[in-house]
Amino acid sequence: MNATALLLTVAGTIGMALFGLFAGLWFTGIDRVLAARMQARIGPPVRQPFIDLSKLLVKQNVVPANAIPWLFNGAPLLALASAITILLYIPMAALPGLPVLGLQGDLVLIMYLLLIPGLAMVAGGLASGSPYATIGAQREMVTMIAYELPLASTVIAFAWKLAQMNVANPFSLSTLAATPIWTLVGPVGFMGLLLLLATMILVVPGELGRIPFDAPEAETEIAGGLLVEYSGRNFALFSLSLAVKTIVVTSLLVALFFPWNLTDFVAISCCPYLASAANAAFFLLKLFVVLFFSVTLVRISVARFRITQVVDVYWKVLGALSIVGLLLVMVDAYVR
Amino acid sequence: MKTIEVKKPSGYATQIGPAHPALKEPVMFSLDIEGERIKKVDFVPGMAHRGVEWMGMRRNCIQTMYLAERICGICGITHSISFSRAVEQIAQIQVPVRAHYIRSIVGELERIHSHLLWAGVAAHELGFDSAFYLAWRVRENVMDLLEYLTGNRVHYAIIQIGGVRRDIVPDQFPRIEESMKFFEDAYAKLAAVFLDDTTVQMRCRGCGVLTYDEARELCPVGPTARASGIKKDVRIDHAYAAYGDIELEYQTPDLLTGEVRGDVYDRIITRLLEVKQSIGIVRQLLAMLPDGPLLAIPKPAVLLAKLKGAAGEAVGRHEAPRGEVMHYVRLEAGKDEPAAWKVKASSYSNYLSWIPMMEGEQIADIPIIAASIDPCISCTDRVALVRPDSRQILTKEELHRLSVEKTRRIQASLVK
Repeated sequence: MNATALLLTVAGTIGMALFGLFAGLWFTGIDRVLAARMQARIGPPVRQPFIDLSKLLVKQNVVPANAIPWLFNGAPLLALASAITILLYIPMAALPGLPVLGLQGDLVLIMYLLLIPGLAMVAGGLASGSPYATIGAQREMVTMIAYELPLASTVIAFAWKLAQMNVANPFSLSTLAATPIWTLVGPVGFMGLLLLLATMILVVPGELGRIPFDAPEAETEIAGGLLVEYSGRNFALFSLSLAVKTIVVTSLLVALFFPWNLTDFVAISCCPYLASAANAAFFLLKLFVVLFFSVTLVRISVARFRITQVVDVYWKVLGALSIVGLLLVMVDAYVR
Repeated sequence: MKTIEVKKPSGYATQIGPAHPALKEPVMFSLDIEGERIKKVDFVPGMAHRGVEWMGMRRNCIQTMYLAERICGICGITHSISFSRAVEQIAQIQVPVRAHYIRSIVGELERIHSHLLWAGVAAHELGFDSAFYLAWRVRENVMDLLEYLTGNRVHYAIIQIGGVRRDIVPDQFPRIEESMKFFEDAYAKLAAVFLDDTTVQMRCRGCGVLTYDEARELCPVGPTARASGIKKDVRIDHAYAAYGDIELEYQTPDLLTGEVRGDVYDRIITRLLEVKQSIGIVRQLLAMLPDGPLLAIPKPAVLLAKLKGAAGEAVGRHEAPRGEVMHYVRLEAGKDEPAAWKVKASSYSNYLSWIPMMEGEQIADIPIIAASIDPCISCTDRVALVRPDSRQILTKEELHRLSVEKTRRIQASLVK
């Protein structure tokens, strides 16, 4: 790798990090306002997450006496860094130079990377030496195991379909971005994909620890669980990593199911910059739609599950649903 | 005196409270847990003692009546009705019929507001904030109505010993009927949210069960008892105020579902049914509202003089939204203040049901089970724990011996 490429990668990484942080916080603010409006409240200003963050950064950073300081302080950094790293692999709008590390990564890598922010939170929770955080950490591990089954079946369905079509590098994300999966299947497979989409929409709140899958944090039960001992800068880092993770998980869903660009439908030929800007705006719109249906709408319409019910829902209901979806995609290949 | 050893638990022990987001008032649960299951549970009240009875025994009866109203921030009329009923019995004051009706009407409006407040809290404990906002928004209507009728949203100050202080005039009937219509619609909405929602059913069905037999042994009161199938309601069993004039039914969950399970879900049903029942009672009483005076003795000075001459003891009871409240009052001739005043809040009878409800359930169920009896902790606390770590059980004989000793000590100090 020559110096220019290295410089570009570094610049791209910083750019993506800034994008992830800002867009994540804005989306969190929009989510809060929309939820408030649907509950007939006025809600906070959209920039409230930024206000919260600046307040947290000047607050005292308390490390409990019986915590393990290096792990307790390291976990938020690890969570944020790993969340930003995933952003570098996920294909977004058709902009020049995106994704920053696009050629190296594939879906399996992303599935592993997605675990790291959660594991960092578990480590931080266990290191904080509070019984509530310990209960929260155990619940977070169980939740991660739970949503992995529907997530994995979805990824397998995509890779199998692409491999069956003799596409090179079926797990690669750039392949996915180039070939929208909906165009490859017939009516039966279409039904299967709809089931997989429904599953993924409900995996997103689990990944992000939102209601009804927020048992690891469960404010009224274990007082914030994993995060109960975190304050000040460390807590700010965790909320930033959650914001970035929001962008990561929604972009993954968009990349899997809705990889189209605006320029695929409307030819914008006058200048390349305008086309790029339009594509970027279209991408943000797609993220917003996914966020609305899988986070905002879900979290205002249900009660929190017990941790046993989280597992039941992910394995028995959504697991079954995703496997049926996978089978339908497979059947579709032979009935056509 | 027997000292109990506090044993080290086998799984791991943790505690919830005294300050915890699940609890609206301070009480401490100590839990013996294996994984997510609760093996053993105990609770320690006594963190919100305010000494209200002591204060009341240093004021004259009319002042104490207003103090009694402030025992609870939610059931404002409950304690003032109970206290004034006790005092009225001692002084043999005949309350006018119209005053009885107005007491019952305000009491039922208070039940609506208290049950809606509870529904909101319960939804919040379940993590279902939309239902919480819905319940509390709907509740504003009855708060406004109470303010319109009594002048106050919370502590209505409408009860006076021997009657009520404000009338409900025909001009006000349309406004009341408007609210009752509103609550009929709201009842349908709330029933859809709380009873038909799948996630609420998943969390509340079969959770925190108090069986009929357990309820018989532990003697809970109010909705907690009725949700376990015990037909018990002061308004029916010992009709007072205007309740004797109307037909009432025990609101048990089998009225809606045909069976009694005694779980948290049944307690939600019971309270929702009682909201509906209260709407009916208010309408019935308004239609029957008789003419007549509001107060037996309108002049406070005359009333005070009569109370000063009264002697004796009595118990006043009221079916509060949470269950039976009981005030014991003793008056002595020649004294302005009550010689003795003992308040039993409804949660006092319901506390012990927590233990069979919680054992065997998950940590996740603690908030909703704790909330399901609608605890009012500061109303209930009668002692402050000085040394919460050392635990003792005092038998009746020991308590008697201690009180005799204290009396002797006081007598000796008086002789000096």
